[in-house]
Amino acid sequence: MIAHQISIFAENKPGRLAKVTSVLASKKINIRAITISSSDEFGVINMIVDDPDKAYRALSEAGLTVSLKPVVAVLMPDRPGGLDKLVHALSDRGINIENAYGFVLESWEKAVFILEVEEVEKTLEALEESNYKTLDAEALASIEPFHYMKY
Amino acid sequence: MYWESSVETMEREALEALQLERLQKTVSDASLSVFYKKLFSNIDLEPADIKSLDDIRRIPPTTKDDLREAWPYGFLAVPKEKLVRMHSSSGTTGRATVIFHTAGDLDAWTDVLARSMYMAGMRNTDVFQNMMTYGLFTGGLGFHYAAEKIGALTIPAGAGNSKRQIQLMKDFNTTVIHIIPSYALHLTEVFEEMGVGPRKDLNLRLAFLGAEPHSEKTRQKIEEYYGVKAFNSYGLSEMNGPGVAFECPLQNGLHIWEDNFLVEVIDPRTLEPVEDGQEGELVLTTLKREGMPIIRYRTKDLTRIIPGHCDCGRTHRRIDRITGRTDDMLILKGVNIFPIQIEKKLMEIPEVGNNFLIILEREGYNDLMIVRVEVQKEIFSGDLKQLENLRRKITEDLRSDILITPRVELVEPNTLPKTEGKAVRVIDNRKE
Repeated sequence: MIAHQISIFAENKPGRLAKVTSVLASKKINIRAITISSSDEFGVINMIVDDPDKAYRALSEAGLTVSLKPVVAVLMPDRPGGLDKLVHALSDRGINIENAYGFVLESWEKAVFILEVEEVEKTLEALEESNYKTLDAEALASIEPFHYMKY
Repeated sequence: MYWESSVETMEREALEALQLERLQKTVSDASLSVFYKKLFSNIDLEPADIKSLDDIRRIPPTTKDDLREAWPYGFLAVPKEKLVRMHSSSGTTGRATVIFHTAGDLDAWTDVLARSMYMAGMRNTDVFQNMMTYGLFTGGLGFHYAAEKIGALTIPAGAGNSKRQIQLMKDFNTTVIHIIPSYALHLTEVFEEMGVGPRKDLNLRLAFLGAEPHSEKTRQKIEEYYGVKAFNSYGLSEMNGPGVAFECPLQNGLHIWEDNFLVEVIDPRTLEPVEDGQEGELVLTTLKREGMPIIRYRTKDLTRIIPGHCDCGRTHRRIDRITGRTDDMLILKGVNIFPIQIEKKLMEIPEVGNNFLIILEREGYNDLMIVRVEVQKEIFSGDLKQLENLRRKITEDLRSDILITPRVELVEPNTLPKTEGKAVRVIDNRKE
């Protein structure tokens, strides 16, 4: 399954991130994960949100330079060696990771690893063969990171 | 003291008579060129109609656009086999304006530049290091031959390679340098780095500063640091190159060589002459050019005639430092750049948005061009690498055209001032 990441081109100066977050806050869009990569005076804000289409529209309307980018979101165990196993499953098949970041869903239980790759199909196949579950936008949106039931 | 005192100190009346005689020949020669033949027939002018210096105002001025349109041979007044050299204006790899010289033209140019250098104090006992680009640019070869004509030991060092420049100065006891003023300032950092002090370790005594306008303050800085007397040199490739006007030892204005050039200063809007002492656009006519005579050339440089006599005894009038341009040409590190060149290049790149801004800064002693470019919204793929590649491409495309490496900054769409009509696209923060 394919998930979608919101990417925003932003100049590296005060107020740029604030503009993005205020648009999302006003539309009640929830941010699940965020990373920023920058290169001197500009950078790219990457986000996983609960409603990527809505976020894309809202941010575009606000005049921002946005792109909706397909990424692979992998559900993985939050255990020592968990990422190691996942990454080897990809590198063994010669898949290169362009960009990646992760977030914990449930401490010591589940985490999500977001992968930007050039060969999306091949990556999905590789993950399936290794019995990893991938999430789409809807699945990501419905994840409840805090499980009351456990307490 | 004088290279050719009979010319340099000629009485005004005799000088003007000489000018008229040469102007009449120039107009007559020019009428053989495609461009002027047509122009003269349009205004119904016969060369014999030029009976006084003022009659030149019957002829409309010639512009850089005229030179471009008549490119390459439309201004030639002699058969091509008479030509021995070509030069062009600095700064562009596109269709530059080209100037062709006969052997006689080169002799006249060399002579007038040797006269300038001799006036500033250079002699055959000097060691002259020419730190200008050799090639199409006129500053290198022009000074080179003039220095040899004076009989100085000439080191054709060329531009750049700072450490070698300093090593040459040291090893061969260079006494005179020809250098771009911003480069002279930059070089002070290399001197520090190498632990060489120009005043104590070198024998420099004169510096010729050319290829870009500079302030009195910059001159003083250079004189102080290098322990030299620095002289302002003015020229443009359309009028040979350096050697049009030069400072005498009194350093109070630049004598413009009126036996070689007919000088006018006009109001750039009305094209009417201004009073002596008033600022306007310098308009020049070649008086000794055989291959490619140019009549009433609009230099776009702003200056004024300094009224009164000079105590050095030369009767050729003086112009002031160039204070600006009537067009938007930028001069950076001695290279002439028009913002339109940058615009043209940028608009060829599909990822570039509508607006851009050029900012000129001085970092330490270095001039820096920042080009701020809006990114086209539609092309953004969410990839930082894509943006970095785009920045690299823009930098490389500009560098190959304007010959200077700009610092390209990508900005968000619609964040730069809109460019409507003749919007200001250049911010020059280099002013002192």
